[in-house]
Amino acid sequence: MRGLPPAAWAYVCGVAALAAGLIGTSSFARLDWTKLAVLALLFLICDSAPARLNVERARVSLSFAASLASVVLLGPAGAALLGLCALVTGQRFFAPVKRIFNGAQFALSGYIAGTVFELLGGHEFRRGEARWVEHVTGPFLGALVTFVLVNLSLMAGVLLLSRQAAPRELLHESGQLAIGCLGYGMVGLLIAGLWPRVGPLAAVLVLLPLFIARWALEQAHAQQQAHAATLAALCQAVETKDFYTRGHSERVSRGSVMIAQEIGMRADRVEAIRYAGMLHDVGKLGVPTKVLQKNGPMTEEEFAAIQLHPMRGLEIVREIGFLDEALAGIMHHHEKMNGRGYPMGLAGDEIPEFARVISVADAFDSMTSTRSYRPARSVEAAVQELRRGMGDHFDPAMVEAFLRALDRDGWEPPDPVVLPDDDVVETTQQDHDDPSAPLKVAGDEARR
Amino acid sequence: MRPRERAAWQTIDSGQLLLIATAGLFVIVAITQVAAVRLVQPDIAIIFGVLIALGELFRMVMPGNREVAPIASAGAIGYAMLVGVGPENAPPHAPLGVEAATHSPLQVVAVTAAGMVVGSLPHIAVGRSPRPDAMARRLFTVAVVALCFRPLVSLHLPWQLLLLLMGVVVVLSCCTDVVIAAMIRAEAVRVRFGIALRDEVDAKMALCAATSATAMLIAVATTAMGEAALLIFTVPILVTQFAFRRYAGIRATYLQTVRALSRVTEVGGYVEAGHSHRVSKLAVSMGRELGMSEEELLELEYAALMHDIGQLSLGDPIPGGATVLASPAEQRRIAELGAEVIKQTGVLDRVAHIVQLSSHPYRTGHEAAAPGGEADALVPRPVPPPLAGRIIKVANAYDDLVGDSADRDRGVAVLERLRLDSAAEYDPTVVEALSRVVDRRTRL
Repeated sequence: MRGLPPAAWAYVCGVAALAAGLIGTSSFARLDWTKLAVLALLFLICDSAPARLNVERARVSLSFAASLASVVLLGPAGAALLGLCALVTGQRFFAPVKRIFNGAQFALSGYIAGTVFELLGGHEFRRGEARWVEHVTGPFLGALVTFVLVNLSLMAGVLLLSRQAAPRELLHESGQLAIGCLGYGMVGLLIAGLWPRVGPLAAVLVLLPLFIARWALEQAHAQQQAHAATLAALCQAVETKDFYTRGHSERVSRGSVMIAQEIGMRADRVEAIRYAGMLHDVGKLGVPTKVLQKNGPMTEEEFAAIQLHPMRGLEIVREIGFLDEALAGIMHHHEKMNGRGYPMGLAGDEIPEFARVISVADAFDSMTSTRSYRPARSVEAAVQELRRGMGDHFDPAMVEAFLRALDRDGWEPPDPVVLPDDDVVETTQQDHDDPSAPLKVAGDEARR
Repeated sequence: MRPRERAAWQTIDSGQLLLIATAGLFVIVAITQVAAVRLVQPDIAIIFGVLIALGELFRMVMPGNREVAPIASAGAIGYAMLVGVGPENAPPHAPLGVEAATHSPLQVVAVTAAGMVVGSLPHIAVGRSPRPDAMARRLFTVAVVALCFRPLVSLHLPWQLLLLLMGVVVVLSCCTDVVIAAMIRAEAVRVRFGIALRDEVDAKMALCAATSATAMLIAVATTAMGEAALLIFTVPILVTQFAFRRYAGIRATYLQTVRALSRVTEVGGYVEAGHSHRVSKLAVSMGRELGMSEEELLELEYAALMHDIGQLSLGDPIPGGATVLASPAEQRRIAELGAEVIKQTGVLDRVAHIVQLSSHPYRTGHEAAAPGGEADALVPRPVPPPLAGRIIKVANAYDDLVGDSADRDRGVAVLERLRLDSAAEYDPTVVEALSRVVDRRTRL
């Protein structure tokens, strides 16, 4: 935090001073100190195990529940004091400035939310009295929304002033954060509602299932990672036979995802296409090695073996449940818009969207990689070739999307292939993916 | 576990039948009794019944083909532990300041059963056959809580004591759940009860804790604040259910992926069609026979499915794909290459270790060391292969020699050959386990 700009310094000092002022001027005469101590302990325990979100820089922890419970149980002054606990939370790497700011902003959020709760009349109902839940829910929601808003905007302020984030990014991320915060905050109401009956045990009963859920989600996350890693490793194993196509699946997967994101696919479909891109050529294993390594024109039978590889791929991955839509993408990734592709000869819109995406990424990577019969082409030349194939071979919309993504994110072509010096190396002499050098099939010249 | 091909009711064993019959009888008694004395506090009963029905509607299958319904269980146990129904109509000086809940244990059983049946109807409507054994088990866990806790309610105990008793009772219900599940499982997949029990505890502990905590939460909150609290206090278990469902889904997908991709060796013509799948099924049956825990079985299954993946790196397939006929040095090379591939994942190191050692002979003395300048001939004594590796070696050899032929004599002859080779090449206890598995299979 050494290079903090002056504006950010001023902002942090301002927030800290405001929090200190508010706490200094409020009265703690009617504050229940034991309750505060228990809640503070809860806050610290929860905060030491924050949840993983999709957002990289921020973490949401169940300490939100403790803060919101304190809003109901202790009022503004107590909530502000509880917020100060963030000063000492467990994350060691937090610089002192961050700690002070964190404490101050939690205190401010707590104080303001507590005030809103009182203004809305939440404190007028005695806890444990009939219909408490119904009466208090409204004011509580008000306080909750206030708390989250204040918290997020104070956070956004410091990130903007210290230039760690662009406004657009922040807006995008805070949507997700807000949902997480609101959910955890609601839990505060549960704790506060039960507190008068069973005391701190309320927190245990409410938080235990949530901690277990968190644990389960983490397990799920780990499994997901393991799954992705296993899939990638197995795909690599399929590729090891050919020096020139190593990494092809991985790059096609990356290219497909770029296109999918560019045309605004839903997140789960992007995920599916990531796997589909990875798996699109597993069926190539069913093509005899001697066909792949053949130099010179192929016979009709050999060409038929190549044309069947998408079907072979489908055969292998059909049983993987999550791939439903991706299956079509794998099967049809060699169809052409003019209907001259294989295996089915579909044309235009008959070709599944996934297949049209993969087809572009597949051809592009093939062209920008080294092949035994030619060096790698430059990205510009490959783009030219894609443009030439628009409408005839490729879906123009997909090519456009890919070129836009390419402009923005760039493309890392594979390293030039260095063949080891022994004679066991096997190389393909023709690449079925390469649109600029169609497979040579004997007696086929007339038809083309 | 593979999804069952036969309908659930066709695979019921005698123990399950006893369980289901007892539960059925119990439900009939409960419903008759409730019908005779009328439903006590019907609005509360209906609200809980609806919660249980919804919970049953969203029941899920956890890894190991375990059917659970956390929301329904939490709701039903919460109903069984309900002390009061909120302060609204409480008479002055009522204990705890709330109107007491006066339903009987049998009413709890009746309401739970009704909720379960209603919640199962949509499942039946879309053609998913219900699992009566799992439902009976859930009903029993609720019945245990109801029978233990309901009589205590009329004693008008203070909160602290009530909470303590609730804690004891839910632990008891968790134990019931685990024991019944382990008994069913021991019979269904033929493992020793002790192992089944340990597996159940491992698989269920977290979910049981979450369900129990929520059940207490529901009971306390509804007692203190009335039925409106029921709605918001089910939130924690909803979150838990979501998390576990996600976890179960990803686990299942992972297994599917490995199963599917293990077939690349078949498509590539390296091994016979169905080889990996048959070896993995055989290996898992043998592992279970030899008392491996579920976690070890999963690793064994992964290793068995991928044991031939190293062949992908070979230029030309081994003739017939049968590694058992290849030279020891070549077998080792395939295993090493396979382990290399699996290590690439970064997460399946133990599986890689199993695959790597699955080609090693059982006796790792000097007479079995690979002939001719192998690098590990320098190692004085190689590590004896792990049990999983020995199992895969035997299962692989058996399948290489028998294939998918259903010829009994051939199977017997191959077993005899493996027996002759045991003690040096194969582990005798593993070969015996194979013989029991094969024997059972041919009898079926």
